[in-house]
Amino acid sequence: MHDPRHPPLGGPPTPPPPPPDDGATRPAEDTAPPDAPHGAQTAGEPAPLPPFLGRPRAGTRWEVLAVVAAGGVVGASARYGAALAWPTSRGGFPWTTLSVNVIGCALIGVFLVVLQEAWKAPALVRPFAATGVLGGFTTFSTYAVDVERLIHDGKTSTAVGYLALTPLAALIAVWCAVAATDRALRGRRSAA
Amino acid sequence: MTWLLVMIGAAVGAPLRYLTDQQVRARYTTVIPWGTFLVNVVGSLLLGLVTGAVAAGAADSRLQALLGTGLCGALSTYSTFSYETLRLAETGHRRIAAANVAATLLAGLGAAFAGAAIARTVWG
Repeated sequence: MHDPRHPPLGGPPTPPPPPPDDGATRPAEDTAPPDAPHGAQTAGEPAPLPPFLGRPRAGTRWEVLAVVAAGGVVGASARYGAALAWPTSRGGFPWTTLSVNVIGCALIGVFLVVLQEAWKAPALVRPFAATGVLGGFTTFSTYAVDVERLIHDGKTSTAVGYLALTPLAALIAVWCAVAATDRALRGRRSAA
Repeated sequence: MTWLLVMIGAAVGAPLRYLTDQQVRARYTTVIPWGTFLVNVVGSLLLGLVTGAVAAGAADSRLQALLGTGLCGALSTYSTFSYETLRLAETGHRRIAAANVAATLLAGLGAAFAGAAIARTVWG
């Protein structure tokens, strides 16, 4: 199954469907599960498989790899710059990495909803910005190793707090970003 | 100079994450986003090793910039992990979403601890 509104994050780019020109062309929300708004829970049967499960199309285009690499360079540079600007002392709470991850999660939520619902972007925009920039900006490995270092240094309470706060804040950030963007775009459409 | 090393590492790490995800999705049809899981666990193991080696004095900070901040940082991702978890929960796969979070945290932390322990044993 493939949900046209939410294609695979890293999948080869497919041109997004043209945005509806007005509210009338938008499918009814309560009849088609794949078009259910973000946050909506359809009753009964589970909805179709999430979109990132779709099989990739044959072959990987070199330009996709190139834009993912370029985006990764941009994102990692921004993360490194943040680490230099707001360094975390040894044994201190890693606020910079936490902020980078939470901001990246919020941005991917906003970006992917805008891309699918409002912006007919060129095909390489998604792999560049979502897979490249935001994927390279956020990091799981630094989070995991920071927890290990804090425990090794005897800062157990800081480690536990950081361990729990990061996934909680990241999930809340992406959920709020998706819901708010969805609502803003719908409001704009119905006002049009 | 250090900044350049971070950029080189990221230019390898990000496409590696993309390719891993593609390969996993081409081979397995499952609701679980194993590709993201895999890059996060491998990235954590490698970063544990690199950070441990640098802490023990067996490698210098340039290796940390190239392989740690650059490669592992761009290979692993929190944004895709969060977004995929949200999509699972929204499409009626709440238990799998919760399991994805638990499994990623458990395996990722286990990998970081294993990498650091190996580094201390070898170079400590």
